[in-house]
Amino acid sequence: MDNGCFSSPRRDFPAGLRVLVVDDDPTWLKILEKMLKKCNYEVTTCCLARHALNLLRERKDGYDIVISDVNMPDMDGFKLLEHVGLEMDLPVIMMSVDGETSRVMKGVQHGACDYLLKPIRMKELRNIWQHVYRKRIHEAKEFESFESFESIHLMTNGSELSDEGNLFAVEDVTSTKKRKDADNKHDDKECMDPSSTKKARVVWSVDLHQKFVKAVNQIGFDKVGPKKILDLMNVPWLTRENVASHLQKYRLYLIRIQKENDRRSSSSGMKHSDFPSKDLGSFGFQNPVNKQQNDVSIDSYNYSDGSLQLQNVENKSHEGDKGTVSQFTIAKKGRPLRESSRVGLQQPFDCSMPTQYSWTEVPHTQLKEEHKSLVHLEDSFNQMPLQGKQHPIQVDQSQSVASISSVPSIREEGVAACIEAKPLFSDFKNDQSSSVNSIGNAVDTFPIQPGSLVMNAQSLASSTTNSGLKAHGYNNLSCISDLEIYQRNLLLGASAPLDEDLHFHWLQGECYNMNFGLQNIGMPEYYDPGLIAEAPSHLYDSSDYSVMDQGLFIA
Amino acid sequence: MDKIHSRRQVAAIKHSLFDQGYLDEQFIQLEELQDDANPNFVEEIVTLYYRDSSRLISNLDHTLERNPLDFNKLDTIMHQFKGSSSSIGAKKVKAECTLFREYCRTRNGEGCRRSFQQMKKEYATLRKKLETYFQLARQAGPQETAFRPK
Repeated sequence: MDNGCFSSPRRDFPAGLRVLVVDDDPTWLKILEKMLKKCNYEVTTCCLARHALNLLRERKDGYDIVISDVNMPDMDGFKLLEHVGLEMDLPVIMMSVDGETSRVMKGVQHGACDYLLKPIRMKELRNIWQHVYRKRIHEAKEFESFESFESIHLMTNGSELSDEGNLFAVEDVTSTKKRKDADNKHDDKECMDPSSTKKARVVWSVDLHQKFVKAVNQIGFDKVGPKKILDLMNVPWLTRENVASHLQKYRLYLIRIQKENDRRSSSSGMKHSDFPSKDLGSFGFQNPVNKQQNDVSIDSYNYSDGSLQLQNVENKSHEGDKGTVSQFTIAKKGRPLRESSRVGLQQPFDCSMPTQYSWTEVPHTQLKEEHKSLVHLEDSFNQMPLQGKQHPIQVDQSQSVASISSVPSIREEGVAACIEAKPLFSDFKNDQSSSVNSIGNAVDTFPIQPGSLVMNAQSLASSTTNSGLKAHGYNNLSCISDLEIYQRNLLLGASAPLDEDLHFHWLQGECYNMNFGLQNIGMPEYYDPGLIAEAPSHLYDSSDYSVMDQGLFIA
Repeated sequence: MDKIHSRRQVAAIKHSLFDQGYLDEQFIQLEELQDDANPNFVEEIVTLYYRDSSRLISNLDHTLERNPLDFNKLDTIMHQFKGSSSSIGAKKVKAECTLFREYCRTRNGEGCRRSFQQMKKEYATLRKKLETYFQLARQAGPQETAFRPK
């Protein structure tokens, strides 16, 4: 056949295009096969939609494009189209003798890349490679954006090394600070780049992605399909293709995250008694939001250096500070959702993950007694229904926070709030929707939480600004919803993990808030199934997930 | 001389099939697909069409006997039949299919039956004409067989 008519960068490309033709009409099947062969395409024919689906499933990479009749006895062509779009994400061309606008529309809505009317002409088939080619271009673009996120990810890992070093070498702090700033800038750039290079494409904004995730959760991840998501999302200008492509990315991310989780959990399982491994501790340190944050972390370093032997504890307080500080910053600047702050905020819970691991291993800490005087939290911790024996560690932590500066008080408060909320899951769940709606309200809801802990914390937070408090309260509330799920995963008897958990929640809630605006209702459920099964690694899931989300916003 | 004559005859029949509106350009498409790998491609396709569509015809027959008529089912089958008929360019058959489906839409049972009879007639006529055509064409032999010893 005349390949010359194809203007393709690859010499051979349209030739050998692997086409699967599905039509219950044997006559058309034979004609199409002949036509496609004349185009130098590699043709597989199939007279049953179900059979076609099996073929596609058996060889997921065995075909480049599918041509399917609309009316088939065993399965509606639209249904097949949906399956193909969902499971293989191949371009699908629909064909029918009917040119009714509504049917063509339906085909396009279901994600058909083309709709051909019978009798189909050779010249129409000769051109179908363009759909494959177009898709490849898209994928290449997506890959680029993946790459950039990957690099953020790696950078995070890399920088953690130096940060970890800092834990024990306080004198290096200034250099680290510089490095952190550099990282920060770099991150910003990375985040901006992909979006700016793809102006024409759908920008998955915070809200949009949130709708997407919500829809996915609602449908259930196993049954999810672009069409269903699109319907649930109810965004008129969004096409099924947009959703399909987003879903594909989402899946890829999940797969990769799963792999990483497997890797990490196995490695950490082997050396759990060690310090948090580099993977683990790393994320938290790397993305300082600003100098203020760095300063605070230095404080906490000092503190931990001096008094605590446990690396995790240091980590923990550091995270906490960081989270708080970034929060502050945001509140001050009055621009909650800047990219840079998002990056900064997301990192902290990466950190909390490793810590949790070690917590379970950690022997009770020694510092408990000292802190009693400083912080009144201890009593409250004892009151907590689920707490076991290890409260000293928690106290240490809160203590460390308190001792550092005014900022930590907020964190403490966060811890307190989360703890208190625990027995009251259902209540808070209810509250959440309303309180999430307005930050101002969040503060009001604080007193509702029983126990004196909150109050103590607040009184300790003498230097905390109002705005910080507000934002914080808001976060706490959202944390609560997360808490419910995560708590299931945790060893409830042990207080140390619990404490860790609380921190994590807090940070996570914060992140959700930042990332998803005011409605983060759907998010927690997403982790639910896998996480419960593997409690230790679930935090990774979430931390990685935050990174992922970021990627999705931009891609 | 015979060959030339019969080839002319074949060409004339084909021409009349188009002139009388039995076939449309799809048939030419099929002829263009015919090559060394499938020297009898058009005939194979037409044979396949008649074999497969007879199933649909009898299906329609049965459905039309029912009372009350299931217009949706009739429409679905006829849609399939129309698609199939478009494969060989059976223009008149296709036209009757369209008419039939129009009657289905207006729930006109009488119209459906009448149209179906007409369609079957066209379907059978075309079959006969095409059979004659292919027979003559085979006798005349494809032009490419000139090398064959006489």
